[in-house]
Amino acid sequence: MKTKMDVSLTDFRTETRAWLEENCPISMRKPLKDSNDFYWGGLKAKFNSEDQKIWFERMLKKRWIVPYWEIKYGGGGLTSEQNNILTQEMTRLGCRKPIFSFGISMLGPALLKFATEGQKMKYLPEIVEGKIWWCQGYSEPNAGSDLAGLQTKAIDKSNYFEVTGSKVWTSYADKSDWIFCLVRTDFELSKHNGISFLLIDMASEGVSTRPIKLISGKSPFCETFFDEVKVPKENLVGKLNEGWTIAKYLLTHERQMIGGIGETDVKKALHEIALDNLPMSEGKLADGILRAEISNFEMDEEIFDLTIQRVTDEAKTGNNLGALSSFFKYYATELNIAREELIIALSGSDGLVFEKNYKSDGNLVRKFCRSKGNSIEGGTSEIQLNIISKRILGLPS
Amino acid sequence: MALIISEEEKLLKDSAIELLKAKSPVSKLRELRDQGDIPYDKSLWNEMIEMGWTALIIPEKYNGLNFGYVSLGQILEETGKTLCKSPLISSCLLSSSLLRMCDNEILKSNELPLIMNGQKTMTLAIEENSYHKPFDFKTKAKLNGENYIINGGKTFVIDGTTSDEIIVVAEIGPDNIGFFKLDSKSKGILIKKNILLDSGVYSDITFNDVIVPLENQLNIKLKGETLLKDLLVIAYSGLASEMLGVIIESFDITVNYLKERQQFGVPIGSYQALQHRAAKMFSEVQLCKSIVIKSLQSIDYNDKNRYKYSHLAKAKLGKTIKLVTNEAIQMHGGIGVTDDADIGFYMKRARVLQQLFGDYNYHLDKLSCINKY
Repeated sequence: MKTKMDVSLTDFRTETRAWLEENCPISMRKPLKDSNDFYWGGLKAKFNSEDQKIWFERMLKKRWIVPYWEIKYGGGGLTSEQNNILTQEMTRLGCRKPIFSFGISMLGPALLKFATEGQKMKYLPEIVEGKIWWCQGYSEPNAGSDLAGLQTKAIDKSNYFEVTGSKVWTSYADKSDWIFCLVRTDFELSKHNGISFLLIDMASEGVSTRPIKLISGKSPFCETFFDEVKVPKENLVGKLNEGWTIAKYLLTHERQMIGGIGETDVKKALHEIALDNLPMSEGKLADGILRAEISNFEMDEEIFDLTIQRVTDEAKTGNNLGALSSFFKYYATELNIAREELIIALSGSDGLVFEKNYKSDGNLVRKFCRSKGNSIEGGTSEIQLNIISKRILGLPS
Repeated sequence: MALIISEEEKLLKDSAIELLKAKSPVSKLRELRDQGDIPYDKSLWNEMIEMGWTALIIPEKYNGLNFGYVSLGQILEETGKTLCKSPLISSCLLSSSLLRMCDNEILKSNELPLIMNGQKTMTLAIEENSYHKPFDFKTKAKLNGENYIINGGKTFVIDGTTSDEIIVVAEIGPDNIGFFKLDSKSKGILIKKNILLDSGVYSDITFNDVIVPLENQLNIKLKGETLLKDLLVIAYSGLASEMLGVIIESFDITVNYLKERQQFGVPIGSYQALQHRAAKMFSEVQLCKSIVIKSLQSIDYNDKNRYKYSHLAKAKLGKTIKLVTNEAIQMHGGIGVTDDADIGFYMKRARVLQQLFGDYNYHLDKLSCINKY
């Protein structure tokens, strides 16, 4: 028996499908090739194509940039069921995200949970409209896995904070307008208790950035330096010295993102690449060891996808996975590293060519090199295993 | 289809946990072994029948419950957790499934209620090699008037010595496989009892001019190969369910031991060397849970990918059960290799489950074959 709810959801799906068919430009339904295909917004926002602009503007008008936020914050006010349907329909059609934004995926959730109403009304609508390009300032040269050991300090100068220190691995810091930052506001308290969460305008005097080149070549990562930067008091999110709670909350979000929750990226099956490259013998890959390794990889890859589905189904909405996000981050990144390693193995010496320009769809070895960072960024695999053993298995410290 | 069990299935699972905890803790297995390798506890088997476990996969037409394989899988998972011995695999998972799927309507309506109500037990004789090779038969069935004459030999038959009847798979002719039901006491049948590592009773069976009446053939128009393929999907997924129980329980026992066992004045579980290994196992257990429910669902929904899912399940569980039971023993230290500790029973059962219907290597090879490499 169908309930009223089911009927209205079915209608919503039909309407959503029709709207997307009509409004999503064909070129915005093609898979993303590299970061040039992304629209990031920001004060110096630049669309890479007319279709990209049309797509963003239509979605903005439809209030589907962040469909699940409340209307007053610029969202679409969709229920989680409606939002799931919208995601499914966008995936079905291959629609690109209209904008890529750490404001939506990372800062937004933190503001919704910890900010004052005034801060929410100020920052959330800007995020939705893509006006500000946000970046994240967490890691420091001496605070990587031990993130809570961070030393960038914010001194209370009565009517403002004075921030001095440096951050590392700040993606797109050189292009961003604002940064959300973890800073130390108290050196007397224990290391987890003296941290605060601060929003800083990158145009402020004393902020500078320097790009980081990786073993794979050019990267969006930067170092960011703060030299006696004045930050207004009202830019503090949450309570003073309680920033670690926000940080932990956001790290869970980040892990879920890296762990592939809600991702729809379709990769070419490894065995298809093998079939294109390697000799066969009696209908099987001649290299029996590689054949078994590929098969084992594809087994884990397929079952991991099922696991994302199962855990999401169990959690109903999939938004609150808690410490399980550490498992997803750990497993997804180890799988990707294994995949890149196998691609290199089955490409032989042809696959070793280090092309001059980075193309994410072309250069195998650059992707291979880049994958080495997967089990480090967003918390190393070892940190994830620590979290699993302590918070899920309850093993003692 | 959401990858979760329904409320009904949850209730069924809870009732299984309750019964098995009370009537069949691991100490029961030890007792059966020490009393001279008793195959299983008959009174417990009767209780299982009363609880409806043998009716779960039987269609309503034959007075069954028709709950499906996700339900039976929940039961098998729980029997795996307590290492419970019963004819559930031989009589229910294998024999009832075959009868349920076959097209000999008379045999079906006669036999299914009898197995379901516990009036008889049945097993399947399929393997002929020490390794799983389900399509490689030497056992032959030759038509002779109103009868078939069966000659050949089978091995690794579960509950071979205790089952009232045996379904034997034999070659009738080129590309023609038949399933035949016969009485274990038929003339020309020789059953040799083998006690394996898990204290289970298995057998080698020789068939020497055994006469089976024509009406005892399960597949009439239905191609034997089709029936066999579908049976294998059920066997792989069902065994994977039991393996999941073995994995979950031996992992839980081990994690608890890491919290209790003190060395150097601290619980050994406070050492990162052990924590990370436990966390990695936890991750693999997560994957195991997903593929088991997916493969069970794919049977109930007749999913065209059910063959692939069943290979994925038996491969992944085969690999993980080896990892987890080995780590379980290692992390128990010296006590882990004593007969006094229960953890050894899990490793022993694991090795038999790995071999039954094909190990990790076998199924990994099949996964490559499905994708034509």
